Amino acid sequence: MIESIGIKYIWLVPLAPLLAFILITFLFKRFQLLSALTAIFSMVVSFILTFDILRVILTGHEITMNTPVEIAVPWLNINGLYIEMGALIDPLTAGMLFVVTFISLLIMIYSVGYMHGDPGFSRFFSYLALFVFSMLGLVIANNYFQMFVFWELVGLSSYLLIGFYFYKDSAAQANKKAFITNRVADFGFMIGVIILFLYFGTFNFLELAEGISASTDLAFLTLAGILVFIGPIGKSGQFPLHVWLPDAMEGPTPVSALIHAATMVAAGVFLLARGFVLFASASATITFIAYLGGFTAFFAATIAITQRDFKRILAFSTLSQLGYMVMAIGLGSLTAGMFHLTTHAFFKALMFLCAGSVIHALHKQDIFEMGGVFKKMKITGTTMVIGGLAIAGIPPFAGFWSKDEILLVAKTNGFTFLYVLASITAFLTAFYMFRLIFLAFFGEKRSDYHAHESPLTMTIPLMILAVFSIFGGLIGAPFLEHGFAYYVYFGEPHHPHPDYLIMGSSTLIAAAGIFLAWLVYIKKAISAEKIANQFAPLYKFLYNKWYIDEIYQWFFNKVVLSISALLNWCDRNIVDGIAHGIAWLIRTTGAKGRYIHTGSLQTYGLVIFAAVVVIVLFLAGPVVGGVQ
Amino acid sequence: MITLNHYLLLSAILFCIGLYGALSKKNAIAILICIELMLNAVNINLVAFTKFLTPGDLTGQIFAIFVIVVAACEIAVGLAILIAIYRDRSSVDVENLDWLKW
Repeated sequence: MIESIGIKYIWLVPLAPLLAFILITFLFKRFQLLSALTAIFSMVVSFILTFDILRVILTGHEITMNTPVEIAVPWLNINGLYIEMGALIDPLTAGMLFVVTFISLLIMIYSVGYMHGDPGFSRFFSYLALFVFSMLGLVIANNYFQMFVFWELVGLSSYLLIGFYFYKDSAAQANKKAFITNRVADFGFMIGVIILFLYFGTFNFLELAEGISASTDLAFLTLAGILVFIGPIGKSGQFPLHVWLPDAMEGPTPVSALIHAATMVAAGVFLLARGFVLFASASATITFIAYLGGFTAFFAATIAITQRDFKRILAFSTLSQLGYMVMAIGLGSLTAGMFHLTTHAFFKALMFLCAGSVIHALHKQDIFEMGGVFKKMKITGTTMVIGGLAIAGIPPFAGFWSKDEILLVAKTNGFTFLYVLASITAFLTAFYMFRLIFLAFFGEKRSDYHAHESPLTMTIPLMILAVFSIFGGLIGAPFLEHGFAYYVYFGEPHHPHPDYLIMGSSTLIAAAGIFLAWLVYIKKAISAEKIANQFAPLYKFLYNKWYIDEIYQWFFNKVVLSISALLNWCDRNIVDGIAHGIAWLIRTTGAKGRYIHTGSLQTYGLVIFAAVVVIVLFLAGPVVGGVQ
Repeated sequence: MITLNHYLLLSAILFCIGLYGALSKKNAIAILICIELMLNAVNINLVAFTKFLTPGDLTGQIFAIFVIVVAACEIAVGLAILIAIYRDRSSVDVENLDWLKW
């Protein structure tokens, strides 16, 4: 047994935030500062334990992807239905735990400044703690059942946090939309898990992995894989269930950063990595995953170019980057997907927090109403540019390494189409991100606002995340002997070799995107309006997000409502008709039958006497007969 | 010689007279009196059976006394109810006492 406090007390990692949630909800709700401190303290506890686990894995080399440590207690045992609660510790878990606890901690600190003066201050921290508990429970899960339970819990906390300003109609609509969309996806996931259990008789990841490797029933594995994959389609916002994520920006900005950029939406990718053996077992599933991810990356990037809302652009950017991760896993590289997840968590959380900082100062979200913010907000501006460079993929920033890893996998595994699509997306990414930065932070002031730099509780997390956005990618740089790929892999670790062609071309593509954005929005050499007018139908198509929402609305209005009307008719006329008919029959019988009751005592007496005579004759009959 | 059958016949006749009265009289007090007749028919039965079947015992006689006591109570309650009805309706005609319907 490996000596480690972190592994010994791993159950405390999710339970500390749960405890904080309970304490804040039931005791500290009136004391704002105490609430925040409780939540932050619980995060510190989780973070320290996580850090210890990570230390053991990095230094000990004893726990690897193929030799994980499993700790479990029986949770439910009914006639062959045996379910455990436990922890599966391997580098994948540890990495994810680190990302979640680290970013949660920073965002909680940031929120102290951002949510200052909000009447729901304590409520915010209690929900955040609940979310972190759910997310950590999901990450350490050692079986699909536990994962599903926590999967639903993160959905719930996401719902609560999107609807944090529940008195706003748009927020109430958005959280409903998020919850329902996720329910649709979770249903697929649930059915997938159930059929896996029925087929293999276990929920446990390791036992299932063995069963799946030994199984040759390709049709079943494909079906189960696709069904389970529906879960990530919803949670990680893949096409066509991505519609909830842009609307989820109605929540407070730290929530967008934590849940809808860095952690929860990555849960889908994490599930793909955790259950990789299932998806990899059928080539149809894995190819489908790759193409869906690639398409989502491209699709969301095209929308992001035309949007005007600061947070919405970031939301579509998140969708696009999630598409990259899903594609990477679909291409068969768990390493690349998880690596991009990690770096993306840093720079996307950073950019969302910058957005929060700007919105906090300006009380505006439309980037066309900003301009020149950089002069007023030096720290926010600088960190935002760092985030932008990271996501665009300029070396040596974090995104460069992880994106190259994905491109490399696409190329070496022979998916040329996806390689080209991903490269185009990289160009679009650099363009829309710097369109956002140039419009919001540079150029002349385009509306009347009073900006000031945010307080230290907000800028310090920005600076820390900026450092990680610059250097975070180096953990997976292909020059490293013991880099990211050495720890997180599937099957056998493989050492990526630096491919200078891809590195060079992707850097050029990113630089081209940034240059184009500079030409259009700073130099004004190309007029954006002119292009928009020239390609008006295309522009409208992109601005309206490919009309996906409208299609759903149409589908809902025409199809769902007609089916509902039909079912409503059936319910009212057939089901209710039968029930009402029976009631009518009984009531009518009673109404007619009651006239037998005359109310006359003597009639009753006569009937009673007659009945007694009949009974006596009936009973005495044999006796009398016997006498004769 | 008066045998058990004579007593039983008397009792049966008395019971039938009482029953007929109870079912046909209009006046509630008359009905109560008829019920008394039926009870007395039963008393005759009890005493007669004891005398002819187990001559040593007094079971039937004691039972008859119980019946008389209970009948007295019943009449007391019955008359009280009738007086209450009379005060309400100024009549004790059972034709009108048909509230037990529906």
